[in-house]
Amino acid sequence: MAYSDKVLDHYENPRNVGVLDKDDPNVGTGMVGAPACGDVMRLQIKVNDDGIIEDAKFKTYGCGSAIASSSLVTEMVKGKTLEEVGEIRNKHIADELALPPVKIHCSVLAEDAIAAAIADIKAKRTEKDSSEAVAS
Amino acid sequence: MHVDFSKNYFDLFGLAEKFDIDNAQLVSRFQELQKQLHPDKYASKPDAERRWSMQAASFVNEAYQTLGDDLKRAIYLLTLQGVSIDEETDTQMSPMFLMEQMEYREALEMAPDASDPYQALDAVRKNLKSATSEQLAAFENACNQQSWDEARTSVRQWQFLDKLKQEVRSAEERLDE
Repeated sequence: MAYSDKVLDHYENPRNVGVLDKDDPNVGTGMVGAPACGDVMRLQIKVNDDGIIEDAKFKTYGCGSAIASSSLVTEMVKGKTLEEVGEIRNKHIADELALPPVKIHCSVLAEDAIAAAIADIKAKRTEKDSSEAVAS
Repeated sequence: MHVDFSKNYFDLFGLAEKFDIDNAQLVSRFQELQKQLHPDKYASKPDAERRWSMQAASFVNEAYQTLGDDLKRAIYLLTLQGVSIDEETDTQMSPMFLMEQMEYREALEMAPDASDPYQALDAVRKNLKSATSEQLAAFENACNQQSWDEARTSVRQWQFLDKLKQEVRSAEERLDE
């Protein structure tokens, strides 16, 4: 099956591969996996106090479409607010990369990974707020 | 000769509907069905009957492939219980499990550069093997207790391990080249 030029571009030159400190209170980590293909995806975002995503990193073990989907997502989220990023749907990713129907699940994986990262940072901040409330 | 396409695969081979099956019976019943459905026997039969025999043969093949493979049989058992593993749509797995998967894949990625690549791959394979037997045992145990949620979790994790096993194999083939 032929990959689109955009998939190939992200696959050959993946953006933002790497790792952020998952224990940093400003870092949200999302880990997801798809049993169908055995792909594993880790997506991390670094969020400043204004709720803006300053940095994003990913590491994906999987096919070209899964790598391209996560690479694209890290580009899409930088400079955006958590609210804006929460609107990202797999369809945006699949359309942008021109994924064929059999590879749509790779974009689902990326959507779920960013959602998990957002949930993680929100949980961290709620926890921090409540412990500060208790302390004061 | 009659094959009922609505029958479940276990019935087709006269096996009890459980994970642990009698492999010898599976094979002998398969060979018997194959013989009965052999194209030669239908060569002079009317078109409709010949078409039917081909469909029946492919049904029997599919059934045999499914029951003959541990993981496929496990997934099929869950399907019979009305449990779907949602392998493409449900991406939520235990974070601990996913972390381990990342480590396996890192090890696999590094293996070709190791001083002894074959040994490095072998180490991954050994770990995978024991992890797979753990999932298999957990699956069987969950089935016995009819804990379908747990059985589903085991099968979903097992799928990752199975995929990884194939990747270890292709990594080895690349080394051999």
